[in-house]
Amino acid sequence: MTDYHLQTPLSGADVQKLAAGDVVFLSGLLFTARDKAHALMRREGCPVSLEGAALYHCGPLILDDRVLSAGPTTSGRMARYTEEILRLGVKAIIGKGGLPGEPFQDKAVYLAYPGGCGAAAAQQLRVLGVHLKELGMAESLWVFEAREFGPMIVAVDSHGRDLYEEVRRSAQRREAD
Amino acid sequence: MRDKVVEATVRALQRAETSLPDWVLQRIEQAAAQESHPLARHHLQFMRENVQIAKERRLPLCQDTGLLIFHVQLGRELILDFSLSEAIAEGVRIATRDIPLRPNAVHPQTRQNSGDNTGLCMPDIILDYVDGRGLLLTAFPKGAGSENMSLVGMLNPADDPFEFIVKSVGERAANACPPLFLGIGLGGSFDLAARLAKRALLNMPGSSQEELQLLERINALGIGPMGLGGDTTALGIKIEKAFCHTASLPVAINFQCWANRSATEVIQ
Repeated sequence: MTDYHLQTPLSGADVQKLAAGDVVFLSGLLFTARDKAHALMRREGCPVSLEGAALYHCGPLILDDRVLSAGPTTSGRMARYTEEILRLGVKAIIGKGGLPGEPFQDKAVYLAYPGGCGAAAAQQLRVLGVHLKELGMAESLWVFEAREFGPMIVAVDSHGRDLYEEVRRSAQRREAD
Repeated sequence: MRDKVVEATVRALQRAETSLPDWVLQRIEQAAAQESHPLARHHLQFMRENVQIAKERRLPLCQDTGLLIFHVQLGRELILDFSLSEAIAEGVRIATRDIPLRPNAVHPQTRQNSGDNTGLCMPDIILDYVDGRGLLLTAFPKGAGSENMSLVGMLNPADDPFEFIVKSVGERAANACPPLFLGIGLGGSFDLAARLAKRALLNMPGSSQEELQLLERINALGIGPMGLGGDTTALGIKIEKAFCHTASLPVAINFQCWANRSATEVIQ
């Protein structure tokens, strides 16, 4: 369990060195996207370059371009888009609850931000811009500047480990005992 | 009286969205003190910090300010010459603009957002009659992460309902922002079981021996805070029961996240 302080854009080497259970604090650009933005990107492409990007599953609460609360949303709803999102060059997907690990192999990491901690997250974020504003506050693609955004846990690494799956399997074994 | 209901709705939402009830905080603190996994302890500590920041800066502690549910306990001697649901809806609109809250309510098909957290059947109001002339209004904002994991099982009467509960929680907890509060509806019909489960969440504090044993089984799964392992998977469980058909065994599980938000206003 190592602490890392990383800067976006993320490189292949950044991804490579992270192992499940490590703690990450991220600075630089964060792009939010959830249900509607993913569906729209599939139809029309992405309005920004996501090369080396960290994509945050988040529907923030914003007032006059000030971030009031911005914790993670459940990533599972976006699971159907993982492969195409990673093909756009995304190196880290941030959210809660996890995503199936296989598409991350040799490509990217999944980082878990503590769910429900929107007020704390807001202290680490600043609005730089917004795309797809017609989708509404929660569903827009916000561009944030992150300062030491974390703590995030490497829950799925690029070497085939998936902490959620390990915990679920262990729970099944304990249930059977 | 109508103005009082509107104002009470805004006040209850303000408190519910930016702080946690003392008993909820105490359970998180107890769990943090007893948790043996370092990562889980960190999570519980960060949750406490988040609650502190939200309270000091009057910010919604979670960006998912929820679907807005209200529990109204109405005195039988009280005569209302206005629409209670319209007064509460007006309070919701004001709170959405002023606190502010994230607009979450959308049409189920067009997905069009009303922009003010009201719409068909929204806010949802659960009404009870009580003795006297008072009115108790509880705001219970419900986030989608935990609500999406909730379910009703129409079991075979020969099945073990607790086995179903433990298995379902094991599979679904990680997405519902654990450590969880679990409202269980046992018996009744398809919809009564679900209503009982929601009521169990509204009624929560204090657990019976049976509830504590189930809580222990669930915590023994080791799912932990945010589903990343630990001793603390659930912080509370309440079971509400009803008679059911001799051929049925409905079981409803209403998941609630660690941020078990609610606030009550009293109108005399």
